[in-house]
Amino acid sequence: MSTKVEPTSHKRSVNKRSGAQAVIEALKAEGANLLFGVTGGAIMPIYDALYKDSDLRHIMVGHEQGGAHMAEGYARVTGEPGVILTTSGPGATNLVTGLADAIMDSTPLIAITGQVATSLIGNDAFQEADVRGITMPVTKHNYLVQNSDHLPQIFAEGFHISRSGRPGPVLIDIPKDLQVQQTSAIRPKEIELEGYKPPYEGHPKQIRKALEVIQNCERPVILAGGGVLHAEASQELMDFAEALNIPVVSTLMGLGNFPIDHPLSLGMPGMHGTGYAILSLYHCDAMICVGTRLDDRITGKLDEFCPWAKLIHIDIDASEIGKNVPAMVPIVGHAKPVLKDLIKSVGSWESRPDWTEWHNQVNGWRKEYPLGYKEKENQILPQQVIEEVDSLLDDDAIITTGVGQHQMWTAQYYTFRKPRTWLTSGGLGTMGYGFPAALGAKLAKPEAPVVCIDGDGSFIMNMQELVTAVRYRIPVVCVILNNLFLGMVRQWQHLFFEDRFAETTLMPPAFDQVAIACGGLGKRVERPEELNQAIKWALKEAEEKRLPVVLNVMTDCEECVYPMVPAGGANVNFIPGPEGKK
Amino acid sequence: MSKHLHPLSAIVINESGVLARISGMFARRGFNIDSLAVGETEDPRYSRMTIMVRGDDRVLEQVVKQLGRMVDVIKINDLAKDPHVEREVALIKVHAPPSERSEIIELVNIFRAKIVDVGKKRLMIEISGKGDKVDAIIDMLKPYGIVELARTGRIILARGQKTTSVMDRQAEKVLV
Repeated sequence: MSTKVEPTSHKRSVNKRSGAQAVIEALKAEGANLLFGVTGGAIMPIYDALYKDSDLRHIMVGHEQGGAHMAEGYARVTGEPGVILTTSGPGATNLVTGLADAIMDSTPLIAITGQVATSLIGNDAFQEADVRGITMPVTKHNYLVQNSDHLPQIFAEGFHISRSGRPGPVLIDIPKDLQVQQTSAIRPKEIELEGYKPPYEGHPKQIRKALEVIQNCERPVILAGGGVLHAEASQELMDFAEALNIPVVSTLMGLGNFPIDHPLSLGMPGMHGTGYAILSLYHCDAMICVGTRLDDRITGKLDEFCPWAKLIHIDIDASEIGKNVPAMVPIVGHAKPVLKDLIKSVGSWESRPDWTEWHNQVNGWRKEYPLGYKEKENQILPQQVIEEVDSLLDDDAIITTGVGQHQMWTAQYYTFRKPRTWLTSGGLGTMGYGFPAALGAKLAKPEAPVVCIDGDGSFIMNMQELVTAVRYRIPVVCVILNNLFLGMVRQWQHLFFEDRFAETTLMPPAFDQVAIACGGLGKRVERPEELNQAIKWALKEAEEKRLPVVLNVMTDCEECVYPMVPAGGANVNFIPGPEGKK
Repeated sequence: MSKHLHPLSAIVINESGVLARISGMFARRGFNIDSLAVGETEDPRYSRMTIMVRGDDRVLEQVVKQLGRMVDVIKINDLAKDPHVEREVALIKVHAPPSERSEIIELVNIFRAKIVDVGKKRLMIEISGKGDKVDAIIDMLKPYGIVELARTGRIILARGQKTTSVMDRQAEKVLV
């Protein structure tokens, strides 16, 4: 905490107000107009201040984890920090999963937690937990407020840290007495943090080096991650890829950064990536990584990920460069200006390299390893559901998922064309993310259709938020691919544990009936011919009735996600799966 | 790429919780620390942390980058390749009956250590020096029976012009 106390006798005369009011004031100053949360003993003064102030909209959620994912959904759609309020102790500990999810996927969040009064801290008081200690590893930065005079400064810093550089969650823990304590401190005009200066432009020397590598390579590939989305650099990515005619692989977190049906797009890499993305990355001799941390699900066995590649790694977080794969040309910087600089230099080249042979090879792999599945009579296949949803939505629709097979199928079969239309838990792999994230997304962008494609196991984990969706009349559609199993684990048990299905069968309730009981709408879908009509009905009904709609779609549990790279294996040895129809 | 010991000198914000944040990062990322010493700097708003880290070049690069991305860390230097002065202080309480006392005092003189407390059966010795000097006297005293031992952890400053200091620029200006 680098907290400088603003002198109370500031030039501008400020009336004394409570710490709680200073918090509300700070939220408004940062442009946060939508809050998620659950009240409780240690945060009551802030809720009281909210009660008196009708400008800020607050969504009361069923569970703090759900609230955190809603705030994440809001953040990923708007690019601005989502705000979540909870009380001390269990309220704050329930947040931990959401914070961990947000730090892994670089989602900007501001978590405001009540804390027991300063006189009680350290005494194991009722609903006391060391929230700053607990959340240190899962926040970009966190604060335990020591004096209500610090509040305006801390909030200005917190928002700045959360939204700038590589975005992430910031937690502000406020003891109850400080929420009541009067203060006349005001928001600082400028934020200057000695220990935090996020980079922006890439170093010109490094950019020149990168261009040299590109100019002299024969088999280039771009690997574009979620950082492109945070940087709002999709247009620059497109300009760069098209200017040089380089194929683009979009990571799971990066889907939407490049139109997936663009002739240069190779889809997703890694464990369940397309065969042609995997092979292109394996055989390339120059890999231009933009805003990706090259995690284990992307690289597979490290030595055999890209044995011939000269790696150009562009990232705003220096610690991601060289962490997993050594970079030949590290470029620390914001994706937007760095890509712009690259494009500008390419514009002055006398001629562009001719990579026809490489493109022929890549297109050969496309034909050889298409995504696909075998149709089964009288059974709904999960992949078909995704294709059906895809065909009924336009490019602006927002898709969210939980974690597991349904998530991978959505990533594979949905045609993502625009940034910020794809919300998923990539790094932490948080089951139960999808439905609350969808609610946050819909509140952030009411005009866009929002569809959560979920698994039965994932949906159960935050099902309580149906109540929130009904209460605030949030019209999202949730399509549950219900195979009565924890499908991804079942797949591993099938492939690697000789069909010993240890604790993966589920006995889920009739999700459609649960939705109805909560005041929403629902329908069970069992036959392939019902599917199209049911999805149309759900999309229309949700908007008309302003209610959540749950489609409980019964799917085949034996379907596996392919292609697949067994954990720890070399990507190039991927299992292509059954020959597809495509 | 051997697993050398690297002395890192870091300037951090002098506030509660900062040590926990930094030591927590070392623990959860599996970085090995030989010693860690913290104390206020010339400017009371900042502390200096001297951290002895063991690892190859790649590990060290990660350690420095991970420290660098923390909001509380202002400056960080790996002094392994720079000429530097290293010191550690140890207090050693050793079993010293009259029959062995003169031998121990001789050892203390050889190491240029000091006797800071004398009891009927025990002596307390203070030694200051590089880590291996402290190790050496401890080794030599072991046969007599070390009753208690406290070490500060190593502190390090670069020799000459090089500094790891927020005051760096001002200091240089004064010198010119």
